[in-house]
Amino acid sequence: MSRALLRVAGLLMRAPSPQRGEGWGEGARASRSEPPHPTLSPLGRGSSTCRLRIAICVSALLVGVVVARAADIPLDQRRSDSDFISADTRAMQNDDTANPAMLVVLDGETLWNTKAGATNKSCADCHGDAANSMKGVAARYPAFAAELGRPVDLEQQINLSRITDQKAEALAFESKELLALTAYIARQSRGMPVAVKDDAVSKPFIDAGRALFEQRQGQLELSCAQCHDDNWGKKLAGNPVPQAMANGYPIYRLEWQEVGSLQRRLRNCLSGMRAEPYDFGSPELVDLEYFLMWRARGLAMESPAVRP
Amino acid sequence: MARALIHVPASAKKGDVIEIKTLISHVMETGYRIGITGQPIPRDIIDDFVCTYNGEEVFHATLYPAIAANPYITFFTVATESGTLAFSWTDQHGATQVQTAAITVE
Repeated sequence: MSRALLRVAGLLMRAPSPQRGEGWGEGARASRSEPPHPTLSPLGRGSSTCRLRIAICVSALLVGVVVARAADIPLDQRRSDSDFISADTRAMQNDDTANPAMLVVLDGETLWNTKAGATNKSCADCHGDAANSMKGVAARYPAFAAELGRPVDLEQQINLSRITDQKAEALAFESKELLALTAYIARQSRGMPVAVKDDAVSKPFIDAGRALFEQRQGQLELSCAQCHDDNWGKKLAGNPVPQAMANGYPIYRLEWQEVGSLQRRLRNCLSGMRAEPYDFGSPELVDLEYFLMWRARGLAMESPAVRP
Repeated sequence: MARALIHVPASAKKGDVIEIKTLISHVMETGYRIGITGQPIPRDIIDDFVCTYNGEEVFHATLYPAIAANPYITFFTVATESGTLAFSWTDQHGATQVQTAAITVE
């Protein structure tokens, strides 16, 4: 019984902190975890008293555990999500002849050299060889776009460049073309450390992303942080809970059997939490992406990664 | 047609066992899934894969709907002579894609 209680509590409870006390149910849940006062108990003597004592101990223990865990993952304990996948999947990711996302990267290379738009220019006409010009670029996105007054992710930056430089139409989110170009560009940063800017202009957006990450959402009233900050390394439905480091996107997800963006992955998690997913390209998703990349700062880029 | 990635060692000693890796982009739609309109998504799979070594068949596989998208097939063969390895994938409609790789055997 106590184990079941622990599990439920692990999912539902969190110490009320000024940063994370967003959900309406939080106060009620926190007070429920306080040890019940013995004199108020309707239970009788003997074994019931004993049970009550155990309950008090368990509750006290829970409060302690919950308080101790509500924090960021220390920098030196951060691990790429590829640390949590099977050796087979990791081998598939690291072998360019086995990583299925490499097929998409090749499509991206073709698109990079394909002329488009009213200017009839290809990406390569301005940027040259992506192996040089795009090296490290994906590790710096999302980034603040002065013309929009807010950050854009790599996909949006590609579309900005298509619209303003190529005078071409924007590619749809999650379209094969946009994923291919993104995967091709991100591939050029493999092995380089994630290094998004966190200057004064960008900080408010990273903070907004953090607030979303820590906010309880959806019918399950979960926050991203409850799994990925507090319970990483444990199992959820038989699968290890990773730290949600964003250093491998776009990813080839075996479950999807195709390549997908970080925004798709975030929407996936949101629907798992039974929250209404934000639209593709919405500021909320970009802020979240920005925070997740900032959180993964210094980790080596693995794009295009393979995930289960 | 589809994009394929093949890995064959460029050179090998006569009698060596060599590993060959092939990956091709294909949806491998099972035919058992229902689309957003409620209609079944029609089956669309590669159902045959053959590798020949200087014309002689060295590997043959029949694929079924349970094979995941972008089939990755890896196998071994013995390096006998310099020449060409030809890989061909045929889908259920009979369309075939052939790709070749050269190997030098000393």
